[in-house]
Amino acid sequence: MYDNEMRLEFLSKSSNEAFARITVAAFAAQLDPTIEELADIKTAVSEAVTNSIIHGYENMEGIIKIKGRIIKNTVELEISDTGKGIENVELARKPLYTTKANLERSGMGFTIMESFMDEVEIDSVLGLGTKVIMRKKIKKHIEDLDEILSVGGVC
Amino acid sequence: MNINYEKKDKLLIVEITEEIDHHAVEKIRRKVDDGITRYMPRKTIFDFSRVTFMDSAGIGMIIGRYKMMKLIGGSLEIVNISSTVKRILEMSGINKIIPLEGKKEVV
Repeated sequence: MYDNEMRLEFLSKSSNEAFARITVAAFAAQLDPTIEELADIKTAVSEAVTNSIIHGYENMEGIIKIKGRIIKNTVELEISDTGKGIENVELARKPLYTTKANLERSGMGFTIMESFMDEVEIDSVLGLGTKVIMRKKIKKHIEDLDEILSVGGVC
Repeated sequence: MNINYEKKDKLLIVEITEEIDHHAVEKIRRKVDDGITRYMPRKTIFDFSRVTFMDSAGIGMIIGRYKMMKLIGGSLEIVNISSTVKRILEMSGINKIIPLEGKKEVV
């Protein structure tokens, strides 16, 4: 079972990229992440949402959905669109691979998601859309310290 | 964002004040390219001291401006980068071609 859940739906406008990452960060903040962990989540969300806008909908109007879940100390994010889908997921994951070099895209989107989150799953069907599921475990820094101290390992 | 041209040293100084994502780079790109074509600077310096967020859109924007400066025989430098932004730049390998300076006062 989930400890908490939220859903977000918004138009595929680039001005919503900041809205999406800030909202998800506010949701994830319940787990008391470090500033760095929060920055990782924000960046990964920004990459996935931008992909939906540029590649999924190719700058046409569409709906992007984000489902956020907290399961113990893990944040799970499901970011989906009903855009054109990814032809070759394996290729899309490759660093520096981009189909939009003319737009000065770096091809680092999935690489950043993969290195900033613990797990990244891509589910895509041509013509139907793409769903990216990402998980990140938030290290319970303060609780861990309390545990160590209460066990009495440190005298 | 603020753009200033220092005539004496032929420096185009770009202070970015917003979060750098796909939405923001369109405007940044347009303004910086205007500055480069108007002044033909010897060097363009991006001051990142007020940048709190950057995703991969920033990488593409920087590489594009780097190429443009190279085309006119100039160079590009980025100063005052935070550790989170630095991680993204290093991941892309940009740091191998563009000097990333730590703290630096830009007048």
